Amino acid sequence: MKLLTHNLLSSHVRGVGPRGFPLRIQATEVRVSPVDFNPDFVTRMIPKMEWTALVEAAESLGHLSELPRELAEGYEKDEEFLRKVHHVLLEVEVVEGTLQCPESGRLFPISRGIPNMLLSDEEAAS
Amino acid sequence: KKMKRKELESFLQQVDGFEKPKLLLEQYPTRPHIAACMLYTIHNTYDDIENKVVGDLGCGCGMLSIGTAMLGAGLCVGFDIDEDALEIFSRNVAEFELTNIDMIQCNVCSLSDTMFKSFDTIIMNPPFGTKHNKELRYDLPASYRFHKKKTVDIEVDLIRFSFKDPPPHTDNLKQLKIYLK
Repeated sequence: MKLLTHNLLSSHVRGVGPRGFPLRIQATEVRVSPVDFNPDFVTRMIPKMEWTALVEAAESLGHLSELPRELAEGYEKDEEFLRKVHHVLLEVEVVEGTLQCPESGRLFPISRGIPNMLLSDEEAAS
Repeated sequence: KKMKRKELESFLQQVDGFEKPKLLLEQYPTRPHIAACMLYTIHNTYDDIENKVVGDLGCGCGMLSIGTAMLGAGLCVGFDIDEDALEIFSRNVAEFELTNIDMIQCNVCSLSDTMFKSFDTIIMNPPFGTKHNKELRYDLPASYRFHKKKTVDIEVDLIRFSFKDPPPHTDNLKQLKIYLK
């Protein structure tokens, strides 16, 4: 699971609504894999991201990579910054661990890089 | 360095399909020819793949996702309920050495409405015909613009939804394109 993907995920346990984001990561295995740097894609993604959640997630994995806690003006032209964002969004992967719904506490396991977000019928929203 | 449709199709012929398709989940592989035609149209006519974040709902073994990744998606995220299918999908991703794919095991029908607001494009070739499929609705506003385009040389409906006037709290939906085969 890449951190870009994590930033898009929220808990759908019944009743949690927007308080189901962000999911808290507990990782027992993290992998870093090279991905080709694409500045156009990274630049487009930044405004779509919940920045604080991204920074917290990266930090919780020990891969903060000097990301600032707040976006600075003109980041689109700062290649060094874009490369750091690229690294955090796409190259850091949680292989084994869990995601936790911040509201309900429900744990979702991550195994072989794949989060399992299946809910029982009672847990899912009606 | 534009990939031709036939090239894409021949790559997709290498994608492994279901080993034991599960009848209750209506699993069947999307055939490489159809996948190539569909993705080629989405990419070349609408430019909805390259550098975009794409979701593949009901991805199965990943035929559409792999094609999407090969056409230059920034990231393609596959969603499926079946771990056996996802295992084959993972194997396919490794064999193709693709680095722009992720996958999630879940029931897409019970995901929260806001989950997809940041995706640029959603593609699906979902199961049809069981009662659960009628619930495949996302918080779609009543006023959407509806396009229907036949693919190149086969009688397959490719339906493209785009949002003209999304309600205020779902501004991001304006950028979201949904492709349904």
